[in-house]
Amino acid sequence: MAEVTQLIHQYLRHNKKFPLVFCPGCGHGIVLGSLVRGVHALGLSKDEVVVVAGIGCSGRIAAYVDFNTVHATHGRALTIATGIKMANPALTVIAVMGDGDAFSIGGNHLIHAARRNIGVTALVLNNFIYGMTGGQCSSTTPEGAYSHTSPMGQLEAAFDIVELTKAAGASGVARGTVFHVKALDGLITAALTQPGFNLVEALTPCFTQYGRGNGFKSAVDMFKWLKEKAVPRETYEKLEDKAGRIPIGVFVKRDAPGLETRYAAMRETLRAKKGGAA
Amino acid sequence: MSQIRKKRREAFLLGNEAVVEGALAAGCSFYAGYPITPSTEIMETMAKRLPQVVDGVFLQMEDEIASMGAVIGASLAGRKAMTATSGPGFSLMQEQIGYAAMTETPLVLVDVMRGGASTGLPTSPGQGDVQQARWGAHGDHPIIVLSASDVPECLEMTVVAFNFAEKYRTPVILLLDEITAHTREKIGLPEPGDFEIFSRLVPTMPPEWYKPYEETLRGVPPMPPVGTGYRFHVTGLSHDPLGFPTARPEEVRAMVERQFRKIDRFFHDIQLVEHVNTDDAEVLVIAYGCVARSARLAVRQAREAGVRAGLLILRTLYPFPRVHAEKLMRNCRLVVVPELNVGQISREVKRVNEGYTAVRTINRIDGQIITPSQILKEIA
Repeated sequence: MAEVTQLIHQYLRHNKKFPLVFCPGCGHGIVLGSLVRGVHALGLSKDEVVVVAGIGCSGRIAAYVDFNTVHATHGRALTIATGIKMANPALTVIAVMGDGDAFSIGGNHLIHAARRNIGVTALVLNNFIYGMTGGQCSSTTPEGAYSHTSPMGQLEAAFDIVELTKAAGASGVARGTVFHVKALDGLITAALTQPGFNLVEALTPCFTQYGRGNGFKSAVDMFKWLKEKAVPRETYEKLEDKAGRIPIGVFVKRDAPGLETRYAAMRETLRAKKGGAA
Repeated sequence: MSQIRKKRREAFLLGNEAVVEGALAAGCSFYAGYPITPSTEIMETMAKRLPQVVDGVFLQMEDEIASMGAVIGASLAGRKAMTATSGPGFSLMQEQIGYAAMTETPLVLVDVMRGGASTGLPTSPGQGDVQQARWGAHGDHPIIVLSASDVPECLEMTVVAFNFAEKYRTPVILLLDEITAHTREKIGLPEPGDFEIFSRLVPTMPPEWYKPYEETLRGVPPMPPVGTGYRFHVTGLSHDPLGFPTARPEEVRAMVERQFRKIDRFFHDIQLVEHVNTDDAEVLVIAYGCVARSARLAVRQAREAGVRAGLLILRTLYPFPRVHAEKLMRNCRLVVVPELNVGQISREVKRVNEGYTAVRTINRIDGQIITPSQILKEIA
């Protein structure tokens, strides 16, 4: 444990921004740890990593890590990440977003980032709720779940983040949970190495705003729930009764160059053509 | 100012195309946008030209909000970046403009104004975005707003816009109108060295000493591109000199005051105008954009008819060129402000004038130009 803690300390702004803003029982800190371990495992320097985050609880993650960090406007993290990656493709650009940030207000940017397959890794911290604004439903709140803006139970269907991103054309799509930490570490490391647009959905509990209103007794209950309901994709497919179960693992893994690479190639071709003509 | 009006390689360009020439002359290497009339030629020309520029990047984004985001990101990565739009798109960009002002991110935004409100008159001129340019983004923030009235000026003012953005670490808005943007004129293309080009100050101190939002002698802290060893936090939240969120009243106040001060104290550099016969003017016309061209003829005709008329053409709209306007107005018996809106700059004129001189406005909001004779009627 001490080793893990020391490793994380190398990457945190521990003398500036702590303690964390997150509630007790929140899973966001675990994702933060996974992110740091992923960067460390790949041997990336702190200077070549850029973390762009949106607004909300997950958005605060950017302030804690000692990378180049941008705390964007609500829903627009991917737009700024796109600008940075296209301006300097050598950088490893990570967009950290909540479910509301990525798929409600920023839904259009997400499907387009996937479609243009920009070389950005999107980390979506899905806790099924708007936490920082006090517990309103998001576009991933399950049908029937209670929130301050669905006091009679959510009537609208929830987005399946994995299916949506897959359909939009991302290079890599994966889902993990903060209970299955080792697996999550692996998913993030893989996403960071794969060219093109990669999305990792991390299921993370929000006891304060979601759990309490939906029958969970404690944050621990929510972790237990993740442990029971989440099953590896391969196992999930063989299940007879899939109700309430959540497949985790890698869903898309394709070797396609990122937009920044394709753009640079186009520029080269153009220059070669011009040179040839002259 | 007018070097490019003489000699040089000549071209027959739209105002919008001249904007691109100005941007490239200023060192712009990144464009992200979303098509909208009447600004589209800027984007189309950029799509052709930028891939030919070393490291140039052109992106068509999914909407105007994304365009501004990409431009902000590119600027943080050290590029001179721009976007262009028109009224409805400009409205969508407002939140991000505020973010750029708050984070002190240099960028250039060209808004080719059309008749409004809403979808309004997509292919007709208007000047209805003046107050939106100044106050569209929420909260108190400084901004620089420029304007141009003919094709060579489109080029020059784009260069000026980039220079101001870099010099003062701020978003700069260039307001054109449909007529200026779609007028085709002969123009001399710039050669390297024609313009003084500014690039942002980058820090030279060791990274651990660097404070991205520190008060400096000029009030404009240096700004390193991300990825060069200076790791700092960029946020739209009220932040301390290190860039981290703060809600301490003294820190919040100091930051906002510095942001305003860095623009205000350089008003002699920023407030650009052109004087036409203003020395002995007893009637002063204040105009900008396409209306300034009508005003030029009207003033000449008034002089021929024996009226001592003068014209002050505004190239900078904000900070409002008070130092120029105030002095002239005190010596006049009448100030005339023609514009293609219900009175967005005349509001500033009256504010600066403080009731000393009579102010007459000419306003047109039907998508039609204000003619020289319409202005002449008011001044002669």
